[in-house]
Order: sequence, then structure tokens, then C-alpha cells
Amino acid sequence: MNFLFELKEGLIISLKAIRANKGRSVLTTLGIIIGVASVVLMSTAIKGIDQSFQEGVASLGSDNLYIDKWEWFNNDVKWWEMRNRKNLTMEDFEKFKELAKLPIAISPSSGSNRTIKFGERSVQYINISGTDHNYINTTNLTFNEGRFFTELESNSGRAVAVIGSEIEKKLFPHGGAIRQSIKIGGIKFKVVGVLEEQGSFIMGNWNPDNLVYIPISNIFKYFGSRHWRTVTINVRAPNSLMVEAVKEEATGIMRRVRGLKYDEKNNFAINQQQGAFDLYNEQVGVIQIAGFLITGLALFVGAIGIMNIMFVSVKERTKEIGIRKAIGAKKRTILGQFISEAAIICLIGGLIGLGVAIIGSMIIAQFDFPVTVDADAVILAVTISLITGVLSGFAPAYTASKLDPVDALRYE
Amino acid sequence: MNIINIEHIAKIYQVGSEEVHALADVSLDIGKNEYVAIMGPSGSGKSTLMNILGCLDTPTKGLYDFKGENVSQMNDDELASIRNREIGFVFQTFNLLARSDALHNVELPLIYAGVSGAERKERAEAALENVGLADRMRHKPNELSGGQRQRVAVARALVTDPAIILADEPTGNLDTKTGEDIMALFNEIYNAGNTIILVTHEEYIAEHAKRIIRLRDGLIEKDEIVRDRYIPTQTESI
Repeated sequence: MNFLFELKEGLIISLKAIRANKGRSVLTTLGIIIGVASVVLMSTAIKGIDQSFQEGVASLGSDNLYIDKWEWFNNDVKWWEMRNRKNLTMEDFEKFKELAKLPIAISPSSGSNRTIKFGERSVQYINISGTDHNYINTTNLTFNEGRFFTELESNSGRAVAVIGSEIEKKLFPHGGAIRQSIKIGGIKFKVVGVLEEQGSFIMGNWNPDNLVYIPISNIFKYFGSRHWRTVTINVRAPNSLMVEAVKEEATGIMRRVRGLKYDEKNNFAINQQQGAFDLYNEQVGVIQIAGFLITGLALFVGAIGIMNIMFVSVKERTKEIGIRKAIGAKKRTILGQFISEAAIICLIGGLIGLGVAIIGSMIIAQFDFPVTVDADAVILAVTISLITGVLSGFAPAYTASKLDPVDALRYE
Repeated sequence: MNIINIEHIAKIYQVGSEEVHALADVSLDIGKNEYVAIMGPSGSGKSTLMNILGCLDTPTKGLYDFKGENVSQMNDDELASIRNREIGFVFQTFNLLARSDALHNVELPLIYAGVSGAERKERAEAALENVGLADRMRHKPNELSGGQRQRVAVARALVTDPAIILADEPTGNLDTKTGEDIMALFNEIYNAGNTIILVTHEEYIAEHAKRIIRLRDGLIEKDEIVRDRYIPTQTESI
């Protein structure tokens, strides 16, 4: 007998059996629905986080180094050890800038956190990043309107500001931010530039969309003492191949600038994008494994439910199996019938689960969390549910196929 | 040529430490277009013999030759294939698929025979028409009377054009009148050239057959040809 023919007939028979037991089939699929929905949501969420992280980290620039008192991504150095390091000062920065030959751009930055107001509107807890005119050359930032502040503005500490796109949206919903005076922590600053949206989610407050840049001297002047505030030195290598060389040079210079003896450990950190990736992969890897274990467990419970109900179904339909065998159904025909029944139940569950996941992702997307169910997720849902169906249907189907026709016919 | 050739078959069950000889030693031949009734009290081994004749079971000892094929050595799938092609079953309890309509029930053996689509439907419809159920094809078993259900079962048995029709107490669940109708249907089928084996314990049902094999304690007690007798109807015999 032709395999496709058997498959087709098997599917028709299975569909009939499922239709005849609608209520039970729906209950049976609940486990699979939940399992598949969570697997799909999980994988799309992780994909979304991945993507926005990539975008976010890309704004750090792969050619960039950040010399700081703090290790950004390295968990090996103890927190108190970093805290006890001397702050990096503007003097450190000046010396470094003088000695470093390889970088194409070097700029200092130092931050604070303030409320920004324009007229009646205000935004709270905004990171104010103080820097100099060279900063723009250490980044890939682009402008919506206006420009970065100039060397003159930077050196003379003018009250000028460049704002991120999110801040513009909140303070100037109708546009027209350029040349307006905003109040940062109560001090008036003139907006000279608005950045283009960078669109990164994961970076939180560190997102350039949500930052304000002002000349660094204003930070020291208005927003805290320069004696306890540490400075970050932003360094840009000519290209990504040069990053290691620049890092090497920077380490040497910094050790001199910080006056370290040959046997003393570095009392500064050189941070780079790679560190972010490493940290991310390490942490998200754990989340992924935990997530898939949990969702796998949900699927497993679902599969056991299917297996259970299929065993009951085989028992209940012993007589039917006897009849089918008496009139000529072979073992593999019965096997196929029950496996395809389980597979179809699971597939239906999987598709419903997919629907639930799509609705779920739409709801989650309302909270600015980047999830979209794509073709991969559909394939994932279908494959997982089919595999679950076949695996969980096999044992009951095998039992059915082994039934003795004489005994099965006698069964009431 | 004989369709069925049985030589010294025995069926022995192990019940605890005891051996039960359901069939002790049975030999018989059944030829084409015979109408045989197998009779015997319960425990005589007639169900066991029917299961073996119907290729639902294999004998412990002896030889069963069906149309030149040695059935006694076949595996489950080969037996299934023989049942599908060569044997039409009619059971006491009808044994129809409850959730399927008459047409699908009759189509079922053809599905397992690999007959597809239009041809299958055509043959199933023809079989149902032959048993007088042309207008009941889309009815499910629970929408049919007992007699109609048994007719569906007969149509299912006939649809593959088998070598033998094996009927196990086909009137056991029917009232006398309906039972007689079914027996009349068997007569027609027999007259059309089919081979029928009827298993029963009712004398008046067995008397429809042309040959009666009586079993007792796993042995053939009597195997007689009964020809052209007057068959009294139930009402006359009372």
C-alpha cells in the first residue's frame, strides 16, 4: 500500500476521532498550548533583547575604549577595590591626551543626574554628560538638527546643550528645540543640537536618546565638585584592527600618568564594547538556559498529558481497534492512526499556542519591550508541537498496534 | 479446489499450570460455494475454531491451508492482509464503528486494501444497495435498527468480494423476524455463489446451511450434508 495513501487515510481517521472528542481534545491540548506559547514568547523575547542590545552596544562603537575608574563589564574586580581607586581627574585626561599618539579622538566625560525643564514641561533623572568638543568624534552620533558644541564653547564653558531625541520628544513635542533655553538643574542652557534617534532599549539611562551633553566645565561648576567626581576618558582607535594597539598604548600611558610602580596593579579600567558582549552573553546565556528549561518542562508536562489521554483513548477504543484489525488493519496502520491523532492534537495545540504567543507579544510590545513573532517562531511552534505529538503518541499507539484482535473484539 | 484445508489442528491454552485443549484435533475441508454451519454448546471450541478459520488466531498445532497459503505460519500483518482480502466478518454485535456512518463503515476494508477515492465510494455504495440500504448510507449505527446495522455489517463483509463470509451468531442480537430477514439475505448471498460459514448454537438458524459441523469438547462430533430440506419458519415450528 502506498505510504501517502496510508498517511492521508490515517489523517482523515484521526481528524474524525478528534472531532468526536472535541472537549477532551481541547483539554488535552492545554498543556501543549501553554508549552508552545511560552517557548515562542521566550525565544522571541530573547531575540528582541539580543537585537536591541546589539543596537545599543553598537552605539558604544567597536573602535572605542573607555578609560575609567570603574570596570564596566568585568565582574572579577571587587567593587570596594574599584571604589578605593583614585578618581580620574581632568589633569589625568590632559596628560593622557598629550602622550597618546594612536587615537584619532580623545575626550573626557563626567556625568550627573538632573531634572530638565522647558516651560511647563519637565523630565526627571536625566543623565547629564559633560564633555568637550572632541566627544562627537569618538562616537557615531548623528544629528536631527543643529550641531555639537564647538571648541570655543567647550573651552570657555558656555551654557550650551545637545539633547537626545527622547528628551526632545518630551520637552518639545512640536519641535523647535534649537536656540531655546532649557533649565538643567535650575541653570539655563541653550539647545544647540538634537541627536537623531539611536533606538536602543537595553542601555536604559545610558541611552544617547535620553542624554544631555554639555561642556564638561559646567558639570564641575554647577553640578558638583571636580575633586570627587571621576572623569571617563573616551578614546577612539582609527579602526577596529588598531583597538588592541591603542589599548596597549593607553595602558602604558595611564600607568605613567597614575604614577604606578612596575609591581602595582592597574588602578584604572579600560572598557570596551567586547566586554559588554562578553557580559551579555554570560548573563543572557544563563537566562536562556533557565528559560528553556522552564518552557521545556511545560512542554514535557503537556506531552505527558497527551500520552495519558492517548492511553485512555486506546483503552476506550479497544473494541474499535479490534474491529479495524479484524477487517484488515495492519499493525503499522493502527500505529500510524494513533500517532497521527496525537500529532494532530499537538499541532492544533501548537497553533493555538502560537496565537496566544502572538497576542501575548502584542501586549508586551505595548510596554516598549521589543518582541515580534516572526516566521522562525511559527516554524519553531509547528516543529515542537509535531515532535511532542509523535513522541507522546508513540507509546499508546504501539500498545494499540500490539492488541490481539480476538481479545480486542471481545472487549466491552 | 477447496478454499479451506485444515489438518489436525489443535489450540491449547495455558491456564495457570493446566493446559486447556480448546481444540483437540480437528480436520476439515470447505470448498467453494459451500454453506456450512458450525454448531456446538459453549465450551465446545466453536469460537476458537471460528477465530482460527477467520485468521484472527493461529492454531497451536496442525496445518491450516487457505487457498494454497499456509496460514498457520503467518505473522500478524500477513494474517491482517488475508482477513482483509479473503474473509468477510459478520458478528453477533455488528461491530460497526459507532462514530462513522454506514458508508464509511463499508468503505473501511477497502481503505485497508488500498482502494482510493471514487472507486472505493462506488463499491461501498453498491454493497449497501445490495443489502437494501441505499437510503441509509449517511446514517450512523445508532440511527439504524438492529437489522439495518447487521445489513451494514453484511455489506462491509461483502465489499471486498472475499473468499468466505464468516458469520458468528449473526442473528443473536436480533428479534426472530429480523433474524429471519438476515438469514434470507445470507441465502441470497449463498445463491449468488459465495461461501458462507455460519457459527451458531440455534438449530433453526443452522438449518439454513447445507452442511452442519457439530463440535463437542474440541473435536468434530458430526459433519453432515443436509440437502434440500424443507426449512420451517419460526412461526410454523412453534
